[in-house]
Amino acid sequence: MQKHNRSVMTLVALFAMITMVLSACDNNSTTSNATTSKTPAAANTPAASNSNGSAATGKLEMFSWWTTGGESAGLKAMYKLYTKDRPNVEIVNQAVAGAAGSDAKAVLKSRMLGGDPPDSFQVHMGHELLDGYVAAGQVEPLDDLYKSEGFDKAFPQGVLDIVSGNGHYWSVPVNIHRANVLWYNKKVFTDNGLAAPVTFDDFFKAADVLKAKGITPLALGDKVPFASAHLFETVLVGTLGAENYKGLWNGKTKWDGPEVTQALNNFKKMLGYINSDHAALTWDQANDMLIAGKAGMTIMGDWVDADYKAKAFTDYGWTTSPGTKGLYDALSDTFALPKGAKNKENALAWLKLAGSQVGQDAFNPLKGSIPARIDAGKGDYDAYLLSAIADWKKDTIVPSVVHGAAAKDGWATAYTDSVNSFVTSLDVGKTQKALVQAAADNMTSK
Amino acid sequence: MEATSSVQASPQVGRRRFNFDRVIAIALIAPSLLAIAVFVYFFIGQTAYVSLVRWNDLLPDYTFVGLRNYDKLFQIERFQADMSNTLKFTVVFIFVCLAVGLLLANLLDQKIKGEAIFRNIFMFPLAISFIVTGVAWRWLLTPSSGVNLIGSAIGIVDMKNPPGWFTDPKIGILAVAIAAVWQTSGYVMAMYLAGLRSIPDEIKEAARIDGATEWQLFRQITLPLLQPITLSAVIILGHISLKIFDLTKSMTGPGAGFSTDVPALFMFETTFSGSHFSQGAAIAMVLLVVVSVLIIPYLIYNFRNEVRS
Repeated sequence: MQKHNRSVMTLVALFAMITMVLSACDNNSTTSNATTSKTPAAANTPAASNSNGSAATGKLEMFSWWTTGGESAGLKAMYKLYTKDRPNVEIVNQAVAGAAGSDAKAVLKSRMLGGDPPDSFQVHMGHELLDGYVAAGQVEPLDDLYKSEGFDKAFPQGVLDIVSGNGHYWSVPVNIHRANVLWYNKKVFTDNGLAAPVTFDDFFKAADVLKAKGITPLALGDKVPFASAHLFETVLVGTLGAENYKGLWNGKTKWDGPEVTQALNNFKKMLGYINSDHAALTWDQANDMLIAGKAGMTIMGDWVDADYKAKAFTDYGWTTSPGTKGLYDALSDTFALPKGAKNKENALAWLKLAGSQVGQDAFNPLKGSIPARIDAGKGDYDAYLLSAIADWKKDTIVPSVVHGAAAKDGWATAYTDSVNSFVTSLDVGKTQKALVQAAADNMTSK
Repeated sequence: MEATSSVQASPQVGRRRFNFDRVIAIALIAPSLLAIAVFVYFFIGQTAYVSLVRWNDLLPDYTFVGLRNYDKLFQIERFQADMSNTLKFTVVFIFVCLAVGLLLANLLDQKIKGEAIFRNIFMFPLAISFIVTGVAWRWLLTPSSGVNLIGSAIGIVDMKNPPGWFTDPKIGILAVAIAAVWQTSGYVMAMYLAGLRSIPDEIKEAARIDGATEWQLFRQITLPLLQPITLSAVIILGHISLKIFDLTKSMTGPGAGFSTDVPALFMFETTFSGSHFSQGAAIAMVLLVVVSVLIIPYLIYNFRNEVRS
């Protein structure tokens, strides 16, 4: 019996060893691929890289959170353009699902801190990048790229200000999204004789009419808490106006001031008109309520437009969220170049494509956003996007906090937590104190 | 093996016993021991260190600040909600799991024909992961669908004012407990079934002859004899419920007013979304202490029992 036990044990040990060796072998093969790709890439001098596109090999590991619907379609359109120019580069699409990228950002963080960066990654413009990976010294400045491609003349000054820090440019914006948009079901509005609201008073009047008819006035889906934080952000912009809102993030406006109290009270009143199961729905499920006519309005960024297109719904109207006419609450998806990217030449080619007019006009109509470049806008843009492009040229730009432009991620999460508890507690004083604390903990000196 | 060691047993005094088997034994264990020492205990120490410094950004900042992170942590409303949620969840989860498991085990112990089938059915939920359970129960307990729709078809639920389940801050984590109980009571049932089967029939027969009713039999013989199993079940269920993360993440997220938030979820979000590494480390240490309070006395009790026997 002992002999039998011994042979079984030897077999098990052998099996375990073989499994370990096999998995180690697999790792070796992928790293050797990466090293072979470096040699042909190093042979291309940066100035000639465009003409050597077809000779470029290796991989391009792209990290994003564009996994569904229009976003993924836009990304694939850009991949097609990239492959036309560089047919021998294998594009590895590392996309992580999850609303507003909260899960993707967590995965990216562990990769960057662990020293295994992708070749390029999607990141929001602004403090999310500047106070994050730039401050940690993990991304490369892109000044040379901006000069050689003329990006410093192609993007509006407002955007250039947000993507730069310490006198360098850090990422290439591919699109602009607007956060302060109010969407409404046209049929519900015409049936009830309502016009698109402009001010908070208009909004509450329309909401009362809808509530009396048994229709949810405002659809909210905050299972992922960013949605209610987003709603409050539009209320902040609408109540405080551009200058005071911007001042919240650099200390000029006090969080315990009367304007913020007014904003919280406006928000509290708005929360009286939302669907009771908001904590169970995601933002697109709340949108479904609007499509079905069960809700009249929803306030969410203009990725809702792409969602409607994907669901083949056309009977919708839009306007700016209450109180924000003339203001463009902007956020932008940009691409950055991490230090130590394994395929730097391929990544730079990607950045060039992302910042080019051709790339942006391929991506944005499908994604449901507008191009960041001033000279782009020639493509199959729908009615909403054309109106957004027109607004972008003249409205005052304010940075979004929920989507990383106005403040760093630590501040954005503390802000989101405070708003989330306010949605249930409706305690203005306690929440205002929590917001003051969040600012005190996270304010970085410029 | 016994044969070889008895041969080498004789020349012992003053000489180092070079027992080849012993070297093999140590060599086999050493890698695992080393791995555990580094990846478990060293990193626990590292986390404890991070919780005592001021690292709340992407860039590590090892300025020592003592217990300030813990002090601030207990004042955060979200963390206070987490601790109370964990307490509610643990108590309900353990109590209902034990009750349901015991009930099912008793039912199955009746020597009925289809026992194997039912036993398997009750244990199937154990085979799926908490993520799958979370997604399924999220659909079941969404106020506008699932359980509420069934209830309204029967007539006990008014769809104009349905129970909010996990969207209702007053119920909150208890809805998550329903899903957790559904998944784990099979495990408790299996433990109790084994325990019931190990109670010798003679004792029960003797009690019946002495005139005990079935209920007295249950209360005064069966239950006390099942005590070690109950203790093991409490420990296992306790440490599952204290560390629960994937069920809440997939089912409810932090919930309305943090009513379904748990410390592990808060720790994940504050560390990886908010870059507050020291705060996350502090939460991790608090979780470690709470779980240790549960597990260590049990381990000591078990160890003493083994030594005695």
